[in-house]
Amino acid sequence: MDKAYKGVHVFIEQNDRKIQNVSLELLGKARELADTLQQQVTAVLVGYEIEEVEKLAAYGADKILYANDEALDLYMTEPYTKVLTQIVNDEKPEIVLFGATAIGRDLAPRIAGRVHTGLTADCTSLEINEENGDLMMTRPAFGGNLMATIICPDHRPQMATVRPGVMQKIKPDESKPAVIESVNITIEESDKTYEILEVVKEVSEKMDIQEAHVLVSGGRGVGCTENFEQLEVLAHELGGIVSSSRAAVDIGWMPKEVQVGQTGKTVRPDLYVACGISGAIQHLAGMEESKFIVAINKDETAPIFEAADIGIVGDLTKVIPALIEELKLAKAEKNQ
Amino acid sequence: MKIVVCIKQVPDTNEVRLDPKTGTLIRDGVPSIINPDDKSGLEAALLLKDQHGAHVTVLTMGPQQADLALREALAMGADEAILLTDRAFAGADTWATSLTLAKALDELDYDLIITGRQAIDGDTAQVGPELAEHLQIPHVSYAKDIKKEEGNLIVKRMFEDGYHLIRVKMPCLVTALSDMNTPRYMNVKGIYDAYREKTVKTMTFDDLKIEREALGLKGSPTKVKRSFTKGAKTAGKLYKDLDEKEAARVIVEKMKEKFII
Repeated sequence: MDKAYKGVHVFIEQNDRKIQNVSLELLGKARELADTLQQQVTAVLVGYEIEEVEKLAAYGADKILYANDEALDLYMTEPYTKVLTQIVNDEKPEIVLFGATAIGRDLAPRIAGRVHTGLTADCTSLEINEENGDLMMTRPAFGGNLMATIICPDHRPQMATVRPGVMQKIKPDESKPAVIESVNITIEESDKTYEILEVVKEVSEKMDIQEAHVLVSGGRGVGCTENFEQLEVLAHELGGIVSSSRAAVDIGWMPKEVQVGQTGKTVRPDLYVACGISGAIQHLAGMEESKFIVAINKDETAPIFEAADIGIVGDLTKVIPALIEELKLAKAEKNQ
Repeated sequence: MKIVVCIKQVPDTNEVRLDPKTGTLIRDGVPSIINPDDKSGLEAALLLKDQHGAHVTVLTMGPQQADLALREALAMGADEAILLTDRAFAGADTWATSLTLAKALDELDYDLIITGRQAIDGDTAQVGPELAEHLQIPHVSYAKDIKKEEGNLIVKRMFEDGYHLIRVKMPCLVTALSDMNTPRYMNVKGIYDAYREKTVKTMTFDDLKIEREALGLKGSPTKVKRSFTKGAKTAGKLYKDLDEKEAARVIVEKMKEKFII
């Protein structure tokens, strides 16, 4: 292997000139990998007039490479690929990490194709093989049924994408000086291989329950419309939305478009929290493929417990508020 | 306009089960389908054909059984189907797969290439952009809508918090999202034609201008070091006698363990 390749690079994603959380998480992982390798962490920042650049040092970067150009304000595939490819060729990092986002999953393969190296998508674990220093990249396949550890033995850099929320940020060290080096790369008109006609933000648009990563679902046991508001709070805390069983729709507590089950929608979120849902077969058919299922119900014989990863026998009106509190605490700890 | 749609035949991962005793995947009896994102990409191509007229070719790399996926695509309305198959292609990662497809596309004529964003068996989303890179043409990924406007395409390119409306010149490559449309059903005449009137052309290694070492397992920068299952899903744990605080703590701990929060 070419020993000239050294260091761990993290592509820092920005949106509206703000550094994205996933990039800080990746810096935490990069710090750990670089310490094992006794190498440096470089944050690669591409954009225009980005806010709080210094915090990249606090979150683990030894050096910040900053390509600051108006032509890079909005993400575009080719200009970003050009910048990143040049940095890879000049700096020769051993490892490059990207967020597995709508940007990272567009950019990373284009770069891997151009520099002729391997790329491993959506890694859930990254470790250094102590015998030879290779990066071991573990990822799920077959809809999460199978895990595979991937290596890239003969090509450099070793590249991987990681989903938001998988890695941990380190506790920021504000005293760490930010070493910022600017990268001068001219973006020519011909580098813009497409033209952005319109930029539309639509976060407020109501999300389809089939697209949500987290669903907090309520059934007859929720008891009343007011109690559904608590489920909304819980869903918000988990970054998800509220869905329901047929019973809750039939009673008129929830609209039909959020109904899960055979006559409703089939969902398979990362997390499904079933609240006051007994778990009729037709409901289970619509949600049993969810990756992780939590069920809360006061009836310990409810069939939903058969499908759940964790079952809590208890009173919803007490457990839900306690859970909201506990999540807030966990979040505060994580952001410290 | 000439459109090539790259499709992949995949096991329906919704149907894949784990053997509870051995913890291994049970692949027998799992139905094979056209990958959902690819199928919507094909529908997008057929819609462009309906509106503007186009010649739609479907291309797949895979074993002989992938013929079935191509016949389905023909029955939906594709004009031509090509099966790219050879032992030399086996064991390819995304880099080698996209290179193989690129070499096949070098032998074809195209204005637009459509691939699915990602396949449900691998979920990498890498083959489309890598293919465009090998062909040195622009790509737009995560497409929710494709319209033709003279020699350009107008593509609605999705992000987590909205979209970009993008104008791109052809030739180019677009990766399609499964929620961009609802693919049409095959009709009886389509099925008849797919088996009686239309043929599936086969391309092998000998049809490509590339050395053998660049393809398949040998040409793949990444290797699988090991694979394992996380173990069969067992009945979850039921907590009967916790107060609400304890219950909340148990749930949050598990969520942390699973990287949910």
